[in-house]
Amino acid sequence: MTQEIIIAGFGGQGVLSMGKLLAYSGLMDNKEVTWFPSYGPEQRGGTANVTVVISDKKISSPILDAYDIVVALNQQSLDKFTPKVKPGGILIYDKNGVNNKPTRSDIRIFPLDAIEATMQLGNSKAYNMVVLGALLQAMSYKIPIENVSKGLEKSLPERYHHLIPLNLEAIKKGEELIL
Amino acid sequence: MDGEVSLLKGNEAVAIAAVRYGCDAYFGYPITPQSEVIETLSALQPWETTGMVVLQAESEVAAINMVYGGAATGKAVMTSSSSPGISLKQEGISYIAACMLPALILNVMRGGPGLGTIQPSQADYFQATKGGGHGDYHLIVLAPSSVQEMVDFVTLGFDLSFKYRTPAMILADGIVGQMMEKVVLPPQKPRRTDEEVRKECPWAANGREGLRKRNIVTSLEMDPARMEVNNHKLQEIYREIEANEQRSEEIGTEDADYLIVAFGSVARICEKAREIGLQQGKKIGIIRPITLWPFPKKAVENAAKGKKGVLVVELNAGQMIEDVRLAVHDNLPVEHFGRLGGIIPSPGEILDALNEKLS
Repeated sequence: MTQEIIIAGFGGQGVLSMGKLLAYSGLMDNKEVTWFPSYGPEQRGGTANVTVVISDKKISSPILDAYDIVVALNQQSLDKFTPKVKPGGILIYDKNGVNNKPTRSDIRIFPLDAIEATMQLGNSKAYNMVVLGALLQAMSYKIPIENVSKGLEKSLPERYHHLIPLNLEAIKKGEELIL
Repeated sequence: MDGEVSLLKGNEAVAIAAVRYGCDAYFGYPITPQSEVIETLSALQPWETTGMVVLQAESEVAAINMVYGGAATGKAVMTSSSSPGISLKQEGISYIAACMLPALILNVMRGGPGLGTIQPSQADYFQATKGGGHGDYHLIVLAPSSVQEMVDFVTLGFDLSFKYRTPAMILADGIVGQMMEKVVLPPQKPRRTDEEVRKECPWAANGREGLRKRNIVTSLEMDPARMEVNNHKLQEIYREIEANEQRSEEIGTEDADYLIVAFGSVARICEKAREIGLQQGKKIGIIRPITLWPFPKKAVENAAKGKKGVLVVELNAGQMIEDVRLAVHDNLPVEHFGRLGGIIPSPGEILDALNEKLS
């Protein structure tokens, strides 16, 4: 099993921390993991992306031509990475602000209304966890939720540990977006 | 965290590894993409635990001269920076090498020349392996391709540096520095006691005990005859390092038609290119120099034997290729593929380059 994933969106949407939690969850599930971010002024706006590879074996490159799963959270990212989904792979995108929808028929496409789902939770900061929930649900490799929970413990500083239940609730909400 | 598996950025891992090695002092000045080194050290506050000094100097020049001073007392000291900052340190590095002092220097390379870009690069290969500062000297240069190697090379770098009384450099790049991977951290070692330093570093200027001869640490020698002797001493050590310390890793080189030579994170991208190539029936072997100086000449020469061609892949316009050509005596086609200015090639791009240049 090797899952090559890229998550892309606006800086500030929580793309990097979402990838970090995904990597930690894989680590807690005893897998090899690599997390490689775009680094630079992106957190002040602009586009940001992160590549996460989870595998049973030693991971070679963190730089890839094509991905098993692409998560695109804005139009630019959707345009850039839709052609890079491997045939038979998965594309998850946020419908909000997307005018040109992807048209590929050789991949599975999951449009989300993650903003609406986040609003229902009543905490706008949980947006990236809702998207992560959708991603975890769509992945063929299933990470047990207790390992995701352990991943949260590892990736969040202790002062935020009281927010773990809220994060798990948001992840669950996101899972429900994938049918 | 002993033996515990952690998920760390390369830069964070180096900081933790330095504390665990029993490093005595870190002097640095922040610069992207390696600022996490000093950030992590500041968060760890090792001065409260092992007694390690962590100091943000007023400049890179100040930092390297603090390293010079610390090293002269036999302490295990280090600094880190990225390309433009490493350029600023070159004068100090030359002095440290001239005085035969051990020290560890980390360069997390970014694109140049000049202030350049903060994105990954390997364009400081010449600077690291051929001098950088003035005079006939070498550094031991280690090129990590994973976060685990960032950890391991702190120990290896310090150990080799003390063994040969030659400064060592970890030549990483923005990818290895910023990437997070699973790592196993070594257990905490105590810092060496004054007693141990006196025993292991009889050359150190650390206070005269009894009637021992005065130790003078200086690179200045006005008598050319004596200066030549000093130079020969250095050259003798370099020949010994060349004979004993060449390191490299090979993947599938025996049963391959083509050879890729790449170092650091780029070798990992080439591994993926190799995997894709195999699916297309193309047999590619990879040799990854781990020590860039001493360059693993013999291993590269042997790995190239019987191949149809060699592709050197670097994030520069063609630097290591010169050492590869010397190693294979230009007995077969040696081509170069590089991306510049912070652009990272994908595995597919590398494979296309190999097909275009060597088939």
